[in-house]
Amino acid sequence: MPVGAASWSFTEDDFGAIQRSLQQFLYDSNARCALLVDRSGQLVATVGEQPRFDPTAFATLTAADFSANDQLARLIGETEFSSLFHQGEQESMYLADISRRVILVILFDNRTTLGLVRLKVKQTVDELSKLFDQMFQRAQSGEKKEQPNILAGAEDEIDKLFQ
Amino acid sequence: MSMINYASREINCKIVYYGPGLGGKTTNLEHVYGKVNPSTRGKLISLATETERTLFFDFLPVDLGTIRGFKTRFHLYTVPGQVYYNASRKLILKGVDGIVFVADSQVERMEANQESMQNLYDNMQEYGYDLTRIPFVVQYNKRDLPNAANITELQACLNPGWEISDPQRRRVTPDPYHAGENLVEQIQSGEWVERAPYFEAVAVTGEGVFETLKAVSKLVLKTLA
Repeated sequence: MPVGAASWSFTEDDFGAIQRSLQQFLYDSNARCALLVDRSGQLVATVGEQPRFDPTAFATLTAADFSANDQLARLIGETEFSSLFHQGEQESMYLADISRRVILVILFDNRTTLGLVRLKVKQTVDELSKLFDQMFQRAQSGEKKEQPNILAGAEDEIDKLFQ
Repeated sequence: MSMINYASREINCKIVYYGPGLGGKTTNLEHVYGKVNPSTRGKLISLATETERTLFFDFLPVDLGTIRGFKTRFHLYTVPGQVYYNASRKLILKGVDGIVFVADSQVERMEANQESMQNLYDNMQEYGYDLTRIPFVVQYNKRDLPNAANITELQACLNPGWEISDPQRRRVTPDPYHAGENLVEQIQSGEWVERAPYFEAVAVTGEGVFETLKAVSKLVLKTLA
């Protein structure tokens, strides 16, 4: 039994690929900003216009929103709601699941339409799903051990932090 | 599941405050929010009912310092304590790195404490997490109340220790927070058991709140080291 949730990591190359895919999407759809949020509520990446709100709180609420809707889906006999849409007067958001581990959040305003966002996001979701699947497989096969453990041997420093 | 961001040099960890309703989980977070320097904490988000009972969760991000040039950022969550809200309570445990169980010391709440502890164990197991191996501390809150049970009773009831199967870990380990007590020891029946570190607290005045937070954060960082 694992101690906690499985860990995964991504390299600079992965990050570059994620950013390229999202930038292309923003260009095609005319959406303002795309955020990737881990299912546990951690913000993974932001591309496009830098949001003016607190991104940490936003990521937490996104994960909670998505998880709650996931459970609602199950209650009505669906396996999941793979995407969600919240409409505002000026700003709207579209959320899509990626490999059941991360959530893609698109923020857009009236410079574009939900239809265009939905049309263009499909390809991005496919691309990102492939990328993340590869990352998770790599993590499972143990390749992640190549990453140096930055806290190895830092026990003394940790002790000092809490003195 | 902790997140290490090499680009922004941040380590993000998730700590969940669990326990029975009205036990003081939200009060713990409110005290942390009120006491830490505003530059080292984010907003306190509360998804609560009109009567200020937690409906989904409270959330507070705090920075606890820098290790090896990495900022250690802890995301503190509370769960709704009321039995009724188990579906949302379980969601918050996803990806947890460390747990604080906030017990209500009042004798009358003993059953509610036990029920919540069992519920924590069950929910963790459903995710496939092992509560006996994840950083875990117990806080006995409301120590100032006249009807508070004594610590020996609370420990026996909520933190009696779990059996250690790995022979290498069967070494007497003193409790760094209580002189003369052990976290790992052999009990009279010959079994080796390990208990979670415990703390006494009065969350409304802040007593014991930071001691608890520091202990669980330290355990979380040590699991990464």
